[in-house]
Amino acid sequence: MITLLSSVGNIGRRNMRQVVLLKAIPDVNEIKFDPRSRAPVTAGVKKKISELDKRALEAAIQTKDAVGGEVVVLSMGDDKTNTALLAALAMGADGAYIVIDPELTGLDTNATSKVLEAAMKEIGEYDLIISGEMTLDSMSSQIGPRLAELLELPQVTYVKEFSVADGKVTAVRDLEDVDEVVEVALPALITVTREINEPRIPSLMKIMRAKKKPRIVWDAPALGLEVESIKAMSYVIITDVTAPLVERKQIKIEANTVEEVAAKLTEALAGEGVI
Amino acid sequence: MRFLVYSEDRELAFQILAKARELADIKGSEVVALVTDGAPQDYINQGADKAFNIEGLGSFALTPYRAAMLKAVDEAAADYILIGATKRGKELAPRIAATLGVGCMNECYSMRFEDDRLVVEKLTYGGSTVATEYSSRVPTVITVSPRSFEKLEAAERSGEIIALDVDIPEPEVKVIEVREKPKSSSDVENADIIISAGRGFKAKEDLKILDKLAEILGAAIGCTRPISADLGWMDFWVGISGKKVKPSLYITCGISGQIQHVAGIRDSKIIVSINNDESAGIHGVSDYSIVGDVYEVVPALVKVLKERA
Repeated sequence: MITLLSSVGNIGRRNMRQVVLLKAIPDVNEIKFDPRSRAPVTAGVKKKISELDKRALEAAIQTKDAVGGEVVVLSMGDDKTNTALLAALAMGADGAYIVIDPELTGLDTNATSKVLEAAMKEIGEYDLIISGEMTLDSMSSQIGPRLAELLELPQVTYVKEFSVADGKVTAVRDLEDVDEVVEVALPALITVTREINEPRIPSLMKIMRAKKKPRIVWDAPALGLEVESIKAMSYVIITDVTAPLVERKQIKIEANTVEEVAAKLTEALAGEGVI
Repeated sequence: MRFLVYSEDRELAFQILAKARELADIKGSEVVALVTDGAPQDYINQGADKAFNIEGLGSFALTPYRAAMLKAVDEAAADYILIGATKRGKELAPRIAATLGVGCMNECYSMRFEDDRLVVEKLTYGGSTVATEYSSRVPTVITVSPRSFEKLEAAERSGEIIALDVDIPEPEVKVIEVREKPKSSSDVENADIIISAGRGFKAKEDLKILDKLAEILGAAIGCTRPISADLGWMDFWVGISGKKVKPSLYITCGISGQIQHVAGIRDSKIIVSINNDESAGIHGVSDYSIVGDVYEVVPALVKVLKERA
């Protein structure tokens, strides 16, 4: 059923190995809504690597530039994902592993993390796993920590700055009330925030070359997974996704002069009892 | 069926306890609080039937708190594990769920029973949509967004305080330094009136025109992500990836209305938009809109408000 889209040799191992978890999602700014059902219309919307995951990849590439080694990406999705991941290879990832199996769509985070665990076992050795702190589609913030638990790794979430030296990661975590500077021995998993960096935009040359980089596609059997048992581990059911009704008054304040506009607004706000 | 409630943020724990109390009363079930701050009676007073008291954990670190939480889940035989959706709560919850091999629903802001299902609502797609979800199996882990529920009126309530013994493992991640954040960010979160700046401002110095308006209104000043993260003019921003706010009045100045920003201000009572672009999306999601230049409208507002005062 599943064809190996490309398998250009093995993704080799040299020194430090980083695995970046990427998810390709519909561009949230491009999503339109069905006017009647208020459901998002994602059909036809191009998939892009989720913004924060892209920053995770940028961070991994910068780390590779500093300490050497290699960066591979791991994703789960469909053929659109396969295309979206070319961007990751163009940015500088050395290879991509992609789980594509139509039987494995719509899984919850519990089942998805089990699939990624199996993929990580196939990938073999690694020192650092990086992902965005959430993806903007599901906004679940779970895959990183769940995978860390399954792989028995320490985790550092909400990282806005980090460096790797002497087998350790030193990271600054962006928490609500404080910034926490922490240190953890490799192997470890970290999730990054938007502030970590600005991702590079690859040149056309790099985009061309990306197609030649190794991309390995797995389906469930290739990972030794039974589709039915994975599906049985998916518990969370989404019954509805709709845009909330915006029930705002939408009153335009208009007048001949800006002073009159200001006076009208002031009057309206006083009437609302908010000033 | 039992509810287990935990947050390292006391206020948030109390808010969740109130909702858990309401849900448990519907089903005739029990609410257990995991208490790590040494004040278990407070949690009983806020609606818990039982308080599991664990001492000696120190400030939050994943590994020891994970062990404490798993012990509490086991002792309580909890079906619904409710954790405060702070960043610390969100690092803990998925690990608990992964250990138990169960579902987890993050950042929920509403919970209700439909038959025997606990149905939750949460934001998805950058905050532009609401997803309605449930777990087909218990136990399940749910993280609850701050300020989704009102805590109970404090009252002397009776309940059982149970000391739990846990072998507390060493943290795997070592904290080297804790840096306090500028206090102003929490001022914005709790402010009753917020004036917020967007890309309509051309220079950092120009934000000063907002100071006078803020002073007269007793407002806090916020901004959008580009003003903070890209330009660095302020330390923090309002929006789904930044601070979520619930003021009675939110005045946007030169803000276009990206969905991530709008999602973060959705709970404001009244939203005012000032933007010279008539087609700016912000005008469609505000109560009062002014198509005008912030550089003119803001000083005019200051003048009118001064005269009024």
